[in-house]
Amino acid sequence: MMIKVLFRLVLLLSFSLVAAAEYEQRPADFVRESFVGQSPKPALVWLSGDLRQQVTRVLGHAPDYLRLRYWHKGERSVWILNEIGKERPITLGVSLLAGRVERVKVLAFRESRGWEVRYPFFTDQFKGVGLQPDLQLDQRVDGITGATLSVRAVSAMVKLALLLDARVSAKHGT
Amino acid sequence: MHVMKTLPTLILGCVLALPLSSAAETPSMEQMWQMIKQQQQQLEALSKENRALKSQLNATTEAVEQGRAETYAQGETTAAHTRVGGYGELHYNDLENQRAGGDDKQEIDFHRFVLFFSHEFNEEIRFFSELELEHAFNADGEPGEVELEQAYLEFDLTDSLSARGGLFLVPVGILNETHEPPTFYGTERNPVEKNIIPVTWWEGGAGLSGHYASGLSFDLALTSGLKTSAASDYAVRKGRQKVAEAKADNPAFTGRVKWTGIPGLEVAATLQHQSDITQGEDPDAGSANLYEAHVVWSPGPFGLRALYAQWDLDGRGPASVGADEQTGWYLEPSFKINPQLGLFGRYSSWDNQAGDDSDSEYNQWNLGLNYWPHQDVVLKVDYQNQESPAGKDEFDGLNLGIGYQF
Repeated sequence: MMIKVLFRLVLLLSFSLVAAAEYEQRPADFVRESFVGQSPKPALVWLSGDLRQQVTRVLGHAPDYLRLRYWHKGERSVWILNEIGKERPITLGVSLLAGRVERVKVLAFRESRGWEVRYPFFTDQFKGVGLQPDLQLDQRVDGITGATLSVRAVSAMVKLALLLDARVSAKHGT
Repeated sequence: MHVMKTLPTLILGCVLALPLSSAAETPSMEQMWQMIKQQQQQLEALSKENRALKSQLNATTEAVEQGRAETYAQGETTAAHTRVGGYGELHYNDLENQRAGGDDKQEIDFHRFVLFFSHEFNEEIRFFSELELEHAFNADGEPGEVELEQAYLEFDLTDSLSARGGLFLVPVGILNETHEPPTFYGTERNPVEKNIIPVTWWEGGAGLSGHYASGLSFDLALTSGLKTSAASDYAVRKGRQKVAEAKADNPAFTGRVKWTGIPGLEVAATLQHQSDITQGEDPDAGSANLYEAHVVWSPGPFGLRALYAQWDLDGRGPASVGADEQTGWYLEPSFKINPQLGLFGRYSSWDNQAGDDSDSEYNQWNLGLNYWPHQDVVLKVDYQNQESPAGKDEFDGLNLGIGYQF
């Protein structure tokens, strides 16, 4: 009897979850959304010299890539970044406006724990955040119990985007 | 007049001609023009070479990036899908027994050395395991234990629903599923979850987990259950079978609801039912229910953990020793002075024989601090003051610990 009740409960919960919204988005769509349909051509920033050292400090490890692609127009820049949480990479879209976070979205989440970071109740904390000279965020971002590594990875990627935005904005004269 | 106008020019020309005629290497205008044309050609050649080098560099970088992306996408390297992790902790306890005639506890112990092995078969199926060595040395007469604490397969059914089968941690409490040393305050795990939950608690069976965008999640589990006995006064911690040829006459049903919809806040409640807490071996015992609820709140540098757990055991056997009710609760405020240093206090109260009026309740204060030189490494010190029932050991003193996770 208990088994039948559990089975029906599982079916009910499964359908309600399957009907839930999808939370993954293609990077190209995120970029297009950020520029209201008129994406600029991507540019490249090379991670070398003192910039590489700062990136290492922000990520907590040396990056395993030589350069990063980004999109820049006016005061807005958009970054698609990957960083491992506990075991698998999290793909994050970050849109910055005038040196501050405009929007953060988890485009792909592959971990078995830490799912909370996928949702707006977590990522909305980053809206309006900037970067201090000591490479820390200038606003508090609360974590999620049991999702520490995913939270760390997302926070590190936001810091990275802010750091690189400051560098490329100088180059673009914005 | 014409002579007067041209004379200064002539004089100037003579003056200028004097040093020119004495320095033979000074080029002529024609020679300088040729030099400029040659330099221009060299600049053009260098510019062309620079463009070619940039193109080669971009092509090389793209090839490296493409190779990296393909390796990741195809999962060709075992190393990318099989991972090793772990945690460990060394403890030093300098505790004075307040009970007359009782032994003090001055001990150094590598309490836990844990290795995690995980493997991803594909995007939807993964294996996770946890192997632990406790107290450093496992042999006859030695205190060490080697235990398999987790070994399960997890299947993603949808983006928000997964199932698991194998040996896994029971979804209950704060510490039972997350207990790496840098994640909690205090050298030893808190005595309430240790004695009442009882952490670390794992069983064999099947489970289902799901979550919603609102931050609500659930866990259901059908697993093996505890097997307590009159010999241990039906204390739940003694009933852990650890899936070692465990009696499975009477399974346990566990359900948990958790809400983490506000960052920094976790609210959860667990209910477990087992139809026979002794797996049918004691006619004087019957079913058991566990009720547990907790809050974890961490706004900025502040922290608060509060937990209550209660077991209700049926049968005259547990009732005869007051074990028909086993309860505990604790409150733990904390404050991070900076990201590397945190202070905490904890008040704990627990009783494995709360069903009668006998003096069987323990109370304990802990005050201490954690220092994280790295986010995955922790040094701990805390002072404990314990009140125990009459006739039981009562330990006051200092605990030191060092721990890590990776």
